[in-house]
Amino acid sequence: MSLSVALRHAFPGLDLDVVFEAPSGVTALFGPSGCGKSTTINAISGLLRPDSGRIALDGRVLFDSGTNLSPQERRIGYVFQDARLFPHMTVERNLRYPSRWRRNAGRDFDRIVKMLALGPLLHRRPSTLSGGEKQRTAIGRALLSDPALLVMDEPLAALDEGRKAEIMPWLERLRDEVRLPILYVSHSVPEVLRLATTVVLMRKGRVIHAGSLRDILADPLLAPELGAREAGALIQGRVDSYEPDGMARVTTAGGTMLLQDIHVPAGSDLKLRILAHEVILSRTAPEGLSALNVLPASVTQISGGLVQLALGNERMLAQITPRSIEALELKPGISCFAIIKSVSVVHS
Amino acid sequence: MSLTDWLGPQEWQAVVLSLRVSLVATLVSLPFATAVAWLLARRQFPGHAFLSGIVHLPLILPPVVVGYLLLITFGTQGPVGSLLKPLGIVFAFRWTGAALAAAIMGFPLMVRAIRLGFEAVDPKLEQAAATLGAPRPWIFATVTLPLIIPALLAGATLGFAKAMGEFGATITFVSNIPGQTQTLPSAIYAFLETPGGEGPAMRLVLVSIVVAMGAVVLSEYLARRAASRT
Repeated sequence: MSLSVALRHAFPGLDLDVVFEAPSGVTALFGPSGCGKSTTINAISGLLRPDSGRIALDGRVLFDSGTNLSPQERRIGYVFQDARLFPHMTVERNLRYPSRWRRNAGRDFDRIVKMLALGPLLHRRPSTLSGGEKQRTAIGRALLSDPALLVMDEPLAALDEGRKAEIMPWLERLRDEVRLPILYVSHSVPEVLRLATTVVLMRKGRVIHAGSLRDILADPLLAPELGAREAGALIQGRVDSYEPDGMARVTTAGGTMLLQDIHVPAGSDLKLRILAHEVILSRTAPEGLSALNVLPASVTQISGGLVQLALGNERMLAQITPRSIEALELKPGISCFAIIKSVSVVHS
Repeated sequence: MSLTDWLGPQEWQAVVLSLRVSLVATLVSLPFATAVAWLLARRQFPGHAFLSGIVHLPLILPPVVVGYLLLITFGTQGPVGSLLKPLGIVFAFRWTGAALAAAIMGFPLMVRAIRLGFEAVDPKLEQAAATLGAPRPWIFATVTLPLIIPALLAGATLGFAKAMGEFGATITFVSNIPGQTQTLPSAIYAFLETPGGEGPAMRLVLVSIVVAMGAVVLSEYLARRAASRT
């Protein structure tokens, strides 16, 4: 499946001109507030008619110069930031609302209720639910409308940190269990890191770049778009074994690392996040360091203070000052050592 | 002493007639008031301000003027009245005319109350229903309408109260014929014009107070029940 979007829409203060393809998996529309993310998904779901463009889902044209399917006809499940549950209906009636109008809607009622743990809420009214419970119900309702695509407009933005942490595992489960492409609007880096496979970077009504999350995170030109403190790679690792002192030996494409506080069985895959400002570079093999993880690397690209390194087939970023870049005579092709001060586990 | 004995036949007639006129006026005009309120609240179209002005006219004009306009329009010689007469529909000097006058006088009050209800319903809920596949009329019936029940009740109560109290337009349009067009206010007026009529007038005043209080209490109760369901 793929969603192909090209649209133009002018309104006061913003000139939207967006082109991107979203493959299957979670595609994050990422950008600052007011850059046109919500307008884009409203146009995709049929709630807003763009001035021109073409939107197609799996080859089915939803909008072009001669076609403009209504939201009812598009089969796009929409999870709104503010949930938008019907206040005069119980959770169960909210969940069953779409079943009258979509052929396959409601078929998976029991499975989805179970997956989102909605059973105990079925007879409650939305006004008695917590923010997280409302959002879970809204997700369930959208899934039960037999959608061909799920769009989520900052579903966590209205929740406090505790509720976000509560709902995040459900979103991960959704991504892993439901074979449905998801378009996820967000301006939160942690959410994108945990959920997305593809990222569409937007700014001021334009798409700056669309590509895989890992490529963007390791690109010295694009990574700063996620925020100055967020630049840094996301690499794949596997827990090899545990040392007697409890540290885990983790194999990555760039070499073996020793990591603390890993609580998964040996053999598990890990997504490791290595922030650019946690990486120090050395031209010679360092000695007498407290850092445990020193990996051989070669410089592939330099932009601003960000140095892109190749470690095997993985790419990683190091943030160092222009003065150090000059002092170490770093340029593409040079070999060096990456001293990694800290690593965080994003998702196992 | 039963209620029937307590009120004389003419007084009793006036009470029953007034209740019938007010109920019919309220129930018949409610769908129209809802439609007009929806148009004014949710649609922008040329003539929006004009429609709003026409709807509010009975609120601003002296009731006698409305009654006179009804008489020359719906009277048996009037342009509409003469067309309806062959169909067996006559308003002039009939209780149906009193209901028409009451409906028209209460219409702006109903529209105003129901319009506020429509404006309070978040159109985002209707959008959400559309993404779930529901067609527009179904969305209106299952999302919009249930959410404006308190406003519908408020509008109906106002319309009913206005109809119970309507005097000027009614007496101008359909006169004051006992048993035919003599509503509660007309009857009170007639008794007060008659020597020794103070007793019956006072009884009808009491009935008016009880009916008005009852309508308000009932509507508040229903509105609270509707609100507790949301």
